[in-house]
Amino acid sequence: MHSLTVTVGPRAFRIGSIWRAPLAQLAALYADYPQPADSIAHYRIRLDAPRWMRRHLRPQVAIQGDYTLPEAVPLPYSQAILAAEMGMNLQIALGERRLMLLHAASVEKAGKVVILTGESGSGKSTLAAMLGEAGWRLMGDEFALIDPETGQAFPFPRPVSLKNEAIAAMQALAGEERFGPLLKDTPKGDIRHFRPSADAVARMAEPGTPTLILFPRFGANWAIRPVGQGEAFVRLTQASTNYTMLGERGFSALTRLVQSVPAKAIDYMSGAEGISIVESLFEGAGA
Amino acid sequence: MAADRFAAPDSDTLRVTPLEGLTALYHRPSGQTHVVAEPVPEILTALAGAALSLDDLLAAMGLPADDGEIRAGLSGHLSALQASGLVWVA
Repeated sequence: MHSLTVTVGPRAFRIGSIWRAPLAQLAALYADYPQPADSIAHYRIRLDAPRWMRRHLRPQVAIQGDYTLPEAVPLPYSQAILAAEMGMNLQIALGERRLMLLHAASVEKAGKVVILTGESGSGKSTLAAMLGEAGWRLMGDEFALIDPETGQAFPFPRPVSLKNEAIAAMQALAGEERFGPLLKDTPKGDIRHFRPSADAVARMAEPGTPTLILFPRFGANWAIRPVGQGEAFVRLTQASTNYTMLGERGFSALTRLVQSVPAKAIDYMSGAEGISIVESLFEGAGA
Repeated sequence: MAADRFAAPDSDTLRVTPLEGLTALYHRPSGQTHVVAEPVPEILTALAGAALSLDDLLAAMGLPADDGEIRAGLSGHLSALQASGLVWVA
């Protein structure tokens, strides 16, 4: 079994694989990421064949680890790094016991964090990646990690999973060396991973103070709508993978977040328009 | 037959947090979160640690006892709260 250990924000992952090549691809994608100081991973993932014959004959990758989904369908071998990414998501989504996970992208400027949350396809990943190339620190595109005790947001700056049209949009903003291999015809279409800037990776342990919560929607006419505390609370409980498990700590953390941080729903037609809305709302929020 | 008397959790077991017009509730025994609108927080406050009949509850909330629409509305809320485990017949 080949293996790779990588630190992403406050958590470390050990990824094992019966194949060497997917780990080489991952190692390139995570080239600047530090090793955990004590070499101990919080979460373990294993890429294995669903049956022995699928190691070599039309190979397929099953995601295994401390936490698994019994109904998960194996992916083709060519999508092994996507399987590793899904495995990392799954481990932290189901396994995290201390920090509250929000399915959200986040960006930071001057210690203040904008949380962008929404369903898959809402455009939050692409908008966060674009902000990361426009003077903001990209803290992550998949999970924002909220410390229930302090309310601080911790980064989880994994490579951004760009899908379909978002790939070309980011290629216009950043060099080829920032991109992973093209994964064609995945369950979510074409995917390329995009490495956060060196600064975002170097500062992966540095939290910030949530200042603005946004619910973005790409592809609709420009609109900004205030979101009341009650609605923001309900939407964020739905966006959290471990809210229920955290019990009263989760309730305290989330009520405090929505009481102290303004929330808006934003619709935008282009990346430039989305960036402009985020920057004007950020300034209006007293940042 | 005596009228049912209703009760709700006291402040030790139910956390109540206002959120701009809505109210978030955390019920410690069940670990469940509820988001409710008025008059539910007012009903729960009146019934907290008490056991009130519908007439007692109307009086406690300063509502008229002889308005059929108000009685039916309050009864509906009590039924829904019983189903969610936040109110029970004492």
